[in-house]
Amino acid sequence: MALSRLASSSSRSADLLKPLCSAISLRRPISTDTTPITVETSVPFTSHQCDTPSRSVQTNAKELFTFFRDMALMRRMEIAADSLYKAKLIRGFCHLYDGQEAVAVGMEAAITKKDCIITAYRDHCTFVSRGGTLLEVFAELMGRQAGCSRGKGGSMHFYKKDSNFYGGHGIVGAQVPLGCGLAFAQKYSKDEAVTFALYGDGAANQGQLFEALNISALWDLPAILVCENNHYGMGTAEWRAAKSPAYYKRGDYAPGLKVDGMDAFAVKQACTFAKEHALKNGPIILEMDTYRYHGHSMSDPGSTYRTRDEITGVRQERDPVERIRKLILSHDLATEKELKDIEKEIRKEVDDAIAQAKENPLPESSELFTNVYAKGLGVESFGADRKEVRAILP
Amino acid sequence: MLAIARQRMLGQSFKKILPAVSVLRSYSSAAKQITVREALNSALDEEMSADPKVFLMGEEVGEYQGAYKITKGLLEKYGPERVLDTPITEAGFTGIGVGAAYYGLKPVVEFMTFNFSMQAIDHIINSAAKSNYMSAGQISVPIVFRGPNGAAAGVGAQHSQCYAAWYASCPGLKVLSPYNSEDARGLLKAAIRDPDPVVFLENELLYGESFPVSDEVLDSSFCLPIGKAKIEREGKDVTITAFSKMAAEMLEKDGIYAEVINLRSIRPLDRSTINASVRKTNRLITVEEGFPQHGVGAEICASVVEESFSYLDAPVERIAGADVPMPYAANLERMAVPQVEDIVRAAKRACYRSVPLAATA
Repeated sequence: MALSRLASSSSRSADLLKPLCSAISLRRPISTDTTPITVETSVPFTSHQCDTPSRSVQTNAKELFTFFRDMALMRRMEIAADSLYKAKLIRGFCHLYDGQEAVAVGMEAAITKKDCIITAYRDHCTFVSRGGTLLEVFAELMGRQAGCSRGKGGSMHFYKKDSNFYGGHGIVGAQVPLGCGLAFAQKYSKDEAVTFALYGDGAANQGQLFEALNISALWDLPAILVCENNHYGMGTAEWRAAKSPAYYKRGDYAPGLKVDGMDAFAVKQACTFAKEHALKNGPIILEMDTYRYHGHSMSDPGSTYRTRDEITGVRQERDPVERIRKLILSHDLATEKELKDIEKEIRKEVDDAIAQAKENPLPESSELFTNVYAKGLGVESFGADRKEVRAILP
Repeated sequence: MLAIARQRMLGQSFKKILPAVSVLRSYSSAAKQITVREALNSALDEEMSADPKVFLMGEEVGEYQGAYKITKGLLEKYGPERVLDTPITEAGFTGIGVGAAYYGLKPVVEFMTFNFSMQAIDHIINSAAKSNYMSAGQISVPIVFRGPNGAAAGVGAQHSQCYAAWYASCPGLKVLSPYNSEDARGLLKAAIRDPDPVVFLENELLYGESFPVSDEVLDSSFCLPIGKAKIEREGKDVTITAFSKMAAEMLEKDGIYAEVINLRSIRPLDRSTINASVRKTNRLITVEEGFPQHGVGAEICASVVEESFSYLDAPVERIAGADVPMPYAANLERMAVPQVEDIVRAAKRACYRSVPLAATA
């Protein structure tokens, strides 16, 4: 029965779990079981100008395994990126998301690919949750042709338009008005879908955010502003940057919800609630209380402005992957060894993708001049020495 | 009364009024005349009618009928879903416009003047211009940013800057600057249809000016190519880029036949038309309203020196706005903006006619 379910299931996780399940299929059908399980979120939700959703969240074994696998994959991917950066295979900026995986995974579970997501530069995991592959991630980070932006974007500029993932933005705060613009377009096109515009506690003080929220509220746009509050804007703690660090209340006339961002189910519940709200009543703010284990970027050790005890404390008490592992074990859905085997597989997947990305070539020189315009009009462009290098823009 | 006369004088000093000769020579006596304002309004109307994805956004574009009445009547015709009055928050509404373009809509964002675009310039450059490149073609941005640019009359330093050079230096943008009604119609329609971000620099003093337009121009399918300059007036002695029909007439009286090139497109710049003209006349005057340093004229001069050096018989002359913030007093303002006599003097210098040196200030 398990095998037939596997065959009919179209989920990526089921495909990836095939080798594991065929080994244990004779024992029990764990990864595809959709019998409802109820879990409680770690803490209740706090709200501003709206009701709170219930702490009880419906899930099932299949979803638990999807969450575990997806977050463990993201975790491993980010740690691998750290090593690649130190080996100088990744250049420039590299902002890692490990610790925050529950936000990406929980959000994706609540929405469809018709809904849009836009975020800033800490975008590797959000790209993966929208369907991006490991090869596209590592190749882009290393500036290779197989990268999602063909090597021309880099770490901060991942996009996947066919899944309504709009990047990938380097200017702090700019993504919020852009996200409200996506929501505007969705409403204009009558698509019955919403946009999640993610920003950090640092960006939460940006003026353009309030400008965009004002317009979104006036025009009833289906925009959900998600503050990923990891408590540090680069090296500046929230209490040093914001007179009011209650980001979920900063919308004033717009309702807000404070969510434990380390709990994937709390995130999922909040996003479901927010989507329903935004489609009917316009913008809402979600504040995800989350944490990043790495520093702001690879050039930041992350310990000059916070204590190692704090970091270890969060890792021990609130780690999102560990939470799911405990849930799976407590519901007796797998053994520790089985989960470790999944993690071993993930490690191999990540290593294989890195190996493939390393073999992938750098872009052709002609790519310097592609995509400057969507419609080049036969215009000439120039290299550093314009008598030497000229090209007609395609 | 005096103020109006002064404004007309300033308007005429750089912009033209119909020379009687060319009307009889070029057009049928039944040629229709429309103002630049009417040209822009009709272009917006036709493009909105043809493509439901086109919508307008900006301060006072709707109920007020447009700060300069360019969008007059469009709210009534297309409704509040397609003609959107925004709060006075350029960064916010420009970002929203660009986001809508990411999704596939075709926004036309109005800046009441381009001076206010500086509040939104991050979205124009980093969110719009660079996105197609950074995403390797996934995210194209079919948006138009339009509004009056450059000097008006008596509006002072913060309301008079020309942004052509700033925007035209950025790869990924297209920058257009229409002169007459034909330009206004054809270039705005082209801009709206173009899949890339276009900065459309209008001129407040020209909005009320009438120009003759042919039936072809009035047709709803009319469109001008982006990246092509127009030779407004053929000549043989000196090339003048940007527009000054008035100057050309004055020069003709002195036996200098100037070839006047209306750039129309600042980016892409029509280097081949400019160079071909200079190779014919061997002399060049660049004329612009904006600040001289790193301006449009500097780029044209460099291009000609690179491509057509051996054809130049005289150094390139640059006529530009004065290198100062725009003053208010009428006499100082007049000194801060190129006048016909400046262009004529420069042309004479280029043609080696002796010109009495102006006393230094």
